Amino acid sequence: MADIVLDKVTKAFPDGTLAVQGFNLEIADGEFVILVGPSGCGKSTTLNMIAGLEDITSGELRIDGKLVNDKAPRDRDIAMVFQSYALYPNMTVRENMAFPLKLAKMSKEEIDRKVDEAAKVLELTALLDRKPANLSGGQRQRVAMGRAIVRSPKAFLMDEPLSNLDAKLRVQMRTVVSRLQRRLGTTTVYVTHDQTEAMTLGDRVVIMRAGAIQQVGEPQELYDYPNNLFVAGFIGSPSMNFLVASVSDGKLRTALGDFPLGKRVRGALDSTAGDLIVGIRPEHFEDASLIEDSIRQRGVEFEAPADLVESMGSDKYVYFTVEGEKASAAELEELAADVGSSDLPASGSNLVCRFSAESRVKEGDTARVWINLDKIHLFDPSTGRNITLHEGRASGVTA
Amino acid sequence: MAVIDQSAGARWRWSVLDLVVIVFALIPVLWIASLSFKTPATITDGNFIPREWTLENYRNIFNTDQFVRALINSIGIGLISTLVAVVLGTMAAYAIARLDFPGKGLLIGISLLIAMFPQVSLVSPLFEIERSIGLFDTWPGLILPYITFGLPLAIYTLSAFFRQIPWDLEKAAKMDGATQGQAFRRVIAPLAAPGVVTTAILVFIFCWNDFLFAISLTSTERSRTVPAALSFFQGASQFEDPTGAISAAAVIITIPIILFVLFFQRRIVSGLTSGAVKG
Repeated sequence: MADIVLDKVTKAFPDGTLAVQGFNLEIADGEFVILVGPSGCGKSTTLNMIAGLEDITSGELRIDGKLVNDKAPRDRDIAMVFQSYALYPNMTVRENMAFPLKLAKMSKEEIDRKVDEAAKVLELTALLDRKPANLSGGQRQRVAMGRAIVRSPKAFLMDEPLSNLDAKLRVQMRTVVSRLQRRLGTTTVYVTHDQTEAMTLGDRVVIMRAGAIQQVGEPQELYDYPNNLFVAGFIGSPSMNFLVASVSDGKLRTALGDFPLGKRVRGALDSTAGDLIVGIRPEHFEDASLIEDSIRQRGVEFEAPADLVESMGSDKYVYFTVEGEKASAAELEELAADVGSSDLPASGSNLVCRFSAESRVKEGDTARVWINLDKIHLFDPSTGRNITLHEGRASGVTA
Repeated sequence: MAVIDQSAGARWRWSVLDLVVIVFALIPVLWIASLSFKTPATITDGNFIPREWTLENYRNIFNTDQFVRALINSIGIGLISTLVAVVLGTMAAYAIARLDFPGKGLLIGISLLIAMFPQVSLVSPLFEIERSIGLFDTWPGLILPYITFGLPLAIYTLSAFFRQIPWDLEKAAKMDGATQGQAFRRVIAPLAAPGVVTTAILVFIFCWNDFLFAISLTSTERSRTVPAALSFFQGASQFEDPTGAISAAAVIITIPIILFVLFFQRRIVSGLTSGAVKG
């Protein structure tokens, strides 16, 4: 077990593209850290640099306090689980798991003992004599994990280990991975492009974009206090609603109505001119009829026809169309391109609201919607920065 | 997956078609085999099954130094050329499949060019060159051109095989504590073995069957290979036709090829890498 420190780590490819730039991160002993971001953001390159499969162009990588920049993967004592599992097809499950131990020149009895132990943990005992070709996807995934844990390495690196599984199995394996990591207490770096995996698995999440860290923090922290538009849009499902806004007469004017502005936010706004982007998470809307009077004045209300109502049982997703200009910023376009929604035709912008299940809103009805102003974020579209953040905390627009 | 028509009619049609192809390919071979068992008197009687069976033709060719010597030449030259071409080809193909190096496209282009080059046009220059540097009518004199033309074949076949092996396996082996050499030896090589064997067989067959270089670049029994030696077979007298002897020799040199393919057939299976990655 060990801590991993990345100090201004940079990766430049021969053709000049910067895959990762100035990556600073300290991963504590036993910590479970997730690297997440859209494809091409440099998360896998970062993982490969920690593994030693890619050279580090500049910066320092220390594992357990020792500089390992120039060490071969075999001398770093870390194990990796690949997205493709990379099981050796010519070996049985037992031979696959024994391979790292054999290379470490352990005695036959010790190898057998360790393999049996790991197989028991991962419920692979019955499959030990099978070849990978005769295993299901989930079983192969478990063998790949087994091969990693069998030699008790200093750290685990996982490169999208669950993305080849079907949705149901993925959720199941997520808890397996999580329990295993807690139980072994081994430092783990986990790469994924799935924000749900990132939110549920990690002690800390690192959000990357175009080779640079956007924000590092605990999942809840990233969700509640996103640094910028990119983090706000990436974390959360359904994602945050973004609307164009402008300030005049001390009020924030949006397509949903005018919001009062607090003193501190007004102060922060003095430095930024022009349009703004308002970000509101779906759950910070509510059916106005369900709001108690005591908290009603902490928000504003608007009326609009509901386009679509999806009932999830536990709550309802209500969709509205907001006329007017669509919020645009480089970060948002990148996010849209990543999920493939950039080419969807849309007039105006879509608004997703999460109402509690008691709401009686129906499709086509005009609904009265309450917005919690304490939870609203304001972004500067040119820099993407979250203006409402104050000492790392956000308190809405009325503060 | 395409839907395969499994109806009885379709199966029947396919069986007939297969049978036609097999008969078409096998009749000349069987005819030669039949000729090799006939006596000189019955060789022109036109019967497919010999009236009088004889092993005389086989006894004769093995009694002449000419054929035995040519057989040794063929085996020696073929094996050496194959070994060199496959070893060099393996390294080149591995580099082509795994590395990005300057001039990679050029290398592939040149090897394709060599494979397509009409060999006949090279015979006269090669003849002159080999005569002036003393390689004419020697083993190396044949081994060198065989390697030249065997290499592109080896590189192409092997790089296709190497490309099929997921690169992740090599990375995984390195993460598991293997050196580059161990990763190649214990993970990549066992998976590439069928490819190497297939390639070796193809290259060997190419060398074994060659007539053009063998007849042009040799002049004595010292280095003449079997296909060339066959054309020098003579009857006991000038009025006797050596058909029986030639047929027997042809049957003999076909046997190693058939054995090779039968023996390695089970190793030349694709899908050995199935199950390595998500499949």
